[in-house]
Amino acid sequence: MNGTNISTASLLAASSLVMIAIAFSYYQKLKLEKEILIGILRAVVQLLVVGYLLEYIFGMENPLFTTLLILFMTFNAAMNAAKRGEGIENGFAISFVSILAGTVVTLSILVLSKAIKYEPYQIIPISGMVISNAMVALGLCFRNITSQFRSRREEVEIKLSLGADMMTAAKGIIRDSIRTALLPTIDSAKTMGIVALPGTMTGLILAGTSPIFAVKYQIMVVFMMFSTTSIASMIACYLAYRKFFNNRQQLI
Amino acid sequence: MKAAFKAAFKRFAYKRLRSAAFGYLCSNIQYYLIKDEEGLQLSLIELKNISYIKEDKTILNDISLKLEEGDFISIMGASGSGKSTMLKILSHLISPTSGQVLYREKDMMSYDPILLRREISYCVQSGSLFGRTVEDNLAFPYEARGLVMDRAAVLSMLARFGLEADVLNEENKNLSGGEKQRVALVRTLLLNPAVVLLDEVTSALDAENTRIVEQIIRELNESGTTILWITHSPEQSSRLANKLLTVENGKIKSLEVLR
Repeated sequence: MNGTNISTASLLAASSLVMIAIAFSYYQKLKLEKEILIGILRAVVQLLVVGYLLEYIFGMENPLFTTLLILFMTFNAAMNAAKRGEGIENGFAISFVSILAGTVVTLSILVLSKAIKYEPYQIIPISGMVISNAMVALGLCFRNITSQFRSRREEVEIKLSLGADMMTAAKGIIRDSIRTALLPTIDSAKTMGIVALPGTMTGLILAGTSPIFAVKYQIMVVFMMFSTTSIASMIACYLAYRKFFNNRQQLI
Repeated sequence: MKAAFKAAFKRFAYKRLRSAAFGYLCSNIQYYLIKDEEGLQLSLIELKNISYIKEDKTILNDISLKLEEGDFISIMGASGSGKSTMLKILSHLISPTSGQVLYREKDMMSYDPILLRREISYCVQSGSLFGRTVEDNLAFPYEARGLVMDRAAVLSMLARFGLEADVLNEENKNLSGGEKQRVALVRTLLLNPAVVLLDEVTSALDAENTRIVEQIIRELNESGTTILWITHSPEQSSRLANKLLTVENGKIKSLEVLR
């Protein structure tokens, strides 16, 4: 491979890029300096740990270990998504189940269709992408469903009083929330290659792979994002909407 | 001395016994009177010592009330007195924090909430519509029951409210306040509820449309539907209702029988 190998020194120099964001936040009084720093530090530490961990795990080639790692990623993603759904009872459990379902279905299809192999060096990065996309989708889902139940309270109550069960009364909100979760995936698919060279492709090209080969992988990634985000957000919304009602089908 | 004491004691004991017996008899008579009265007229809805407290604020405070089938009750009271909360409790959209609501002599909690709300229909004050068109709104009560919209029934109800058939395809945002309110009323009344709860439904209407709505509600009541109507107009109350309920600071101030 004739890919680039970034030196530690140039990486340090590149860290000055972060200063731009911090300076911007300072002058605009966004009060995000601390958040940015914490974000950057976490990213660096987490990535370094993962880098070393992956190096170790790729060497293990044990499917059980790979599976455990997927569960670990799902667990973390669910924790994060649940934060966006504060106030939703069992937010973590809902997130975990939905992300896992999205991931399992997507990975199974990819493995069964022989697009990828169930080997750590393929499965782990792919599931990372799948899980993090599901996480972002769920975050949007939860935020949207919570705010919609607040702003469309009267509509839901009118529908209940017209004799609807809670599912029928909440259907508009559920639909809207799933849409909100899917729109970024659709938008990014629409502009793929026009606005930005997407991550997988960029990575492969940086590593020296031919663009045509890289594009094939990217197409697969687009497909899997669609299935994961739609499965995860649909399951999450249908599990979450019940939490806004009590057992008498009244809005809480 | 001893004999005198004994006699006094006897008299005292006799008096106590007599008064106890009298009291027992009286209370029994009262009980049977009440029971008889209840036997004559079963209450349709009964509120038993209900209170509703939200975020430490007492909105309804120990309200007890009996409504009979076929009543036309007008509810009056300053804004914030708890009128709308009362209707929400009656429509089972919220449950009281304490106390009990009986519907046809049975605790509301023992009913399927969905079936209960299909009998007791509630029309909100703002007449707010959902979806995009009027048809979205008028098809909903049918969809909620897994039915297909009965176009003929919808059109005839629209006509009663002075609305043309082509209003069905109209977008909600193009309707006037009065039209929205009337569509909301049609939506509430489409599937013949046994009890209709109305929250200031004529406040957005002009004189002509108020008259139309009053006429329809009166006819509904005459055909046996029980009506509870929140209104700010004493004149409207006395003209239509058979009972006038006045609410003040979350308590019942009075319940007058008008006719």
